Amino acid sequence: MQLFATSLLNGVTYGLLLFMLSAGLTLIFSMMGVLNFAHASFYMLGAYFGYVVSTRIGFYPALVVAPLLVGAIGALVERYGLRRAHASGHVPELLFTFGLAFVIEEAVRLVWGSLPVPYKVPASLDGPLFTLYSATFPTYKAFMMGVSVAMLVALYAGLTRTRAGLVIRAALSRPDMVEALGHNVPKVFMLVFGGGAALAGLAGVIGGNAFVTEPAMAEALGPIVFVVVVVGGLGSLAGAFVASLFIGIVQTFAVAIDYSIVGRISVSQVAPVLPYLIMVAILIVRPRGLLGTRES
Amino acid sequence: MTRGSRERLVLWAAYAAVLVVAPIVFSKGFALTLLCQMGIVMIFALSYNMLLGQTGLLSFGHAVYYGLGALFTIHALNLGHGKLPVTLMPLVGGISGLFFGIILGYVTTRRAGTTFAMISLGVGEMVAACSLMFPGFFGGEAGVSGNRSTGSHLFGLTFGPQIQMYYLVAAWLLLCTVAMHALSRTPLGRMANAVRDNPERAQFVGYDPQRVRFMMVALSGFFAGVAGGLAALNYEIVTAESLSARTSGLVLLATYLGGMGFFFGPLIGAIVVTLMQTLLAMVTKAWPFYFGAVFLATVLFVPGGLASVAMLHKRLWDTGQVRRAGVVYAAMALPVGLALCAVIALVEMAYHASGDVEGPLRILGRELDANSWGPWIGVLLVLAAASLACRWTWRRVAPRWHEVAQALAAGGAR
Repeated sequence: MQLFATSLLNGVTYGLLLFMLSAGLTLIFSMMGVLNFAHASFYMLGAYFGYVVSTRIGFYPALVVAPLLVGAIGALVERYGLRRAHASGHVPELLFTFGLAFVIEEAVRLVWGSLPVPYKVPASLDGPLFTLYSATFPTYKAFMMGVSVAMLVALYAGLTRTRAGLVIRAALSRPDMVEALGHNVPKVFMLVFGGGAALAGLAGVIGGNAFVTEPAMAEALGPIVFVVVVVGGLGSLAGAFVASLFIGIVQTFAVAIDYSIVGRISVSQVAPVLPYLIMVAILIVRPRGLLGTRES
Repeated sequence: MTRGSRERLVLWAAYAAVLVVAPIVFSKGFALTLLCQMGIVMIFALSYNMLLGQTGLLSFGHAVYYGLGALFTIHALNLGHGKLPVTLMPLVGGISGLFFGIILGYVTTRRAGTTFAMISLGVGEMVAACSLMFPGFFGGEAGVSGNRSTGSHLFGLTFGPQIQMYYLVAAWLLLCTVAMHALSRTPLGRMANAVRDNPERAQFVGYDPQRVRFMMVALSGFFAGVAGGLAALNYEIVTAESLSARTSGLVLLATYLGGMGFFFGPLIGAIVVTLMQTLLAMVTKAWPFYFGAVFLATVLFVPGGLASVAMLHKRLWDTGQVRRAGVVYAAMALPVGLALCAVIALVEMAYHASGDVEGPLRILGRELDANSWGPWIGVLLVLAAASLACRWTWRRVAPRWHEVAQALAAGGAR
């Protein structure tokens, strides 16, 4: 029971973090039809910027400053890179983001070195929050949950209740019409790309110190976020949410359970493969994903 | 014999001749290892271009076939004890690549486009993650090692000396290049192009695009497996790295850099990537950064890759525009070169400031201290001046360049 409760809480925390990444990724995908390989790199940049800002000024300012910086970089990338690559077709566009992920990782290595940086949880949030069945639940995990839920609500409200959200949603489905109505669609694209990057950056600021901040973190998380987006259904925000929680919980449980299935292979050994197995299974049974509507 | 086919025959003969002569020209021990590595990457990149260039499938998990081919070859080498001649060992890799191409291709080719890219990524990650589950077969951290000189010695070839290994690689490279080129001219190869350009029309003609994609994935799995088998023989060790996402990414970079629109493009890409991986890595530890930056620049400015640049210059030569283009190049060389130097200086200084490297930093014979402000400001000023000079010069020479482009377009229309 104790294992179940803590694993569930950990899984939900991890799942919410995944959602902060997959939300941006899926928004960008449904808008521009391009899967952003560099999305997890923005997460990594967020973590590193968060580290730098929190050592200079403090953790709470970093929560605002670092995502804004990452968002600005994302907007620049869209404006001067992606838009250009878009002109020469779909494959160059995808490859551009792929190359970008490569360059960002190397740039991080150049500036901060290959070893993990000591990005720590702030003292005010360090320590246990409550005890559940003799297992403690750290305050920081609750803080992470709070930030991601607040972000989620803000995103939802922004997309459905504001005029800007209306234009974004319209630009998703009928870009030509929105342009004809006098809105600057390329600018909307740039803002959405920057916004998605900023979301990923925020996830990096709160996730970087909970896990490890190192140059390999983008490469480790990137494929998982892709799996989430595919399993949830490409372009579906609700699907991304369900899939994020699902994958987050499944992965946390698989690592926690020490039970062997066949011979010497235990569940925790299978854990790294599980997300991909789920993805392949989904693609065979239901190619458009859990809540997706489009076929490809 | 038509003029075109004679020209082609000459090209193939030249290709074979280069393969034979290369180790005689570059005879140092290091150069020989480099040549072997190049040959292997060439086969691998050509097999990748069967998907990317010919069928329009962007795969992020091609290293799976390469890595599994390498693993099966090294296990066959260790278990076989001379029953199968080493000369034919790459075939083991090829057949296992084909086998996994059939199995995994069945899952991945149900979709094209972005979905295919993602499924291939997922499958690639899955196989790579499997290496943690079955350390016995995949070799765990240490990898699987073997000894290529234990096999049966066909025609007295022991494959002990590296030069014998080189000719083995070269022979397989020639064989695979001919086979892949021939394949691109079969009905299947042509249908693959049709599926790439317009799957709906291909379907109307009566071909199942999914089937065509499946066959191309399986066959390219074969050639990737051959490359893997050769790698296993060449390095005599196979680690989980060989089927990782990094290897998949590397072959993708090599193919695109070389140019996916031309059959010979991946060959150029493989040479450039191998050189960067080895020679550039000896000069600077920041080589992956330059590598990525070159790739990004290729995607943004030369979407056709190096092969398209080569073809452009061939047409410049054919239409007699070389001198006019040369003037433009000569004018741009200095400012662009200076800007590049400044960028390189910035990267190297950032690298030194991060504290990963020991010793002083020297650029163009001048020592730069990366930890003080002076050099940073100086280099930034140089960069700004060089960029301004670039713009200024380009404004002067742009009309000439447009003349060249116009003449080329007219030549093409003739």
